[in-house]
Amino acid sequence: MDDVFKALADGSRRSLLDRLHARNGQTLNELCEGLAMTRQAVTKHLAILEAANLVTTFRHGREKLHYLNPVPIHQIGERWIKKFERGKLTALSELKRQLEKRDE
Amino acid sequence: MSKPEFVYVTYIETTPEKLWHALTDGDFTERYWFGHRIASDWKVGSPYRFTHPSRPSPEGKVLISDPPKKLAYTWEACAEELKEERTSRVTFDIEPRGKVVKLTVTHDNLDERGKTLRGISEGWPMVLASLKSFLETGHPLPAEIKSDAA
Repeated sequence: MDDVFKALADGSRRSLLDRLHARNGQTLNELCEGLAMTRQAVTKHLAILEAANLVTTFRHGREKLHYLNPVPIHQIGERWIKKFERGKLTALSELKRQLEKRDE
Repeated sequence: MSKPEFVYVTYIETTPEKLWHALTDGDFTERYWFGHRIASDWKVGSPYRFTHPSRPSPEGKVLISDPPKKLAYTWEACAEELKEERTSRVTFDIEPRGKVVKLTVTHDNLDERGKTLRGISEGWPMVLASLKSFLETGHPLPAEIKSDAA
């Protein structure tokens, strides 16, 4: 579990997870597009995420695809969130999101 | 195969044989899969079916059955509103890694805009976390309110 928290304690790595959440199954090249990070930095961050089992890779033909693996995050959630709390927490998150939404 | 929509990995302190049993035995799935019982003779080409007392459950056909290493089946959602969606495919790869077993679940051929895809992205992490807890401690995670497996 320490691995997971260490891997998440970095903005660049969280943004890589965000990108996979938006679109799952990306190559290294796709993940590097539009990022202000070198390819080497992205590779290094992905290795840390993979070691923590937050990212998993899959060979598809010649391509190596990266997938978000939320199973360890789910386990962390289950440790502190009781089943009846989940609905209330979702409602609170939604309220916060709505209230903080900027006027377009 | 098409590029999979989801690839999930979890490491479980168990043996490949126990994990295979947990994936294919209704008494086991009922406990960690939030009440869904699975049944099949697990021969390639045979049907399998999940049943649940109150919720629609997926069913399909066995595609690969290579105990205790690899299991694959088609995934046909049975809920009425999902009937129109195409049949997807689930593959379980079981690999011993020292004292633990690596379980990779790949789900592919899902309708990109379908409801199954959204349900799946919430469902698998829940089921896999529960399976891990069940095999390691003998207790599944507490039943969730939502999460129809289909």
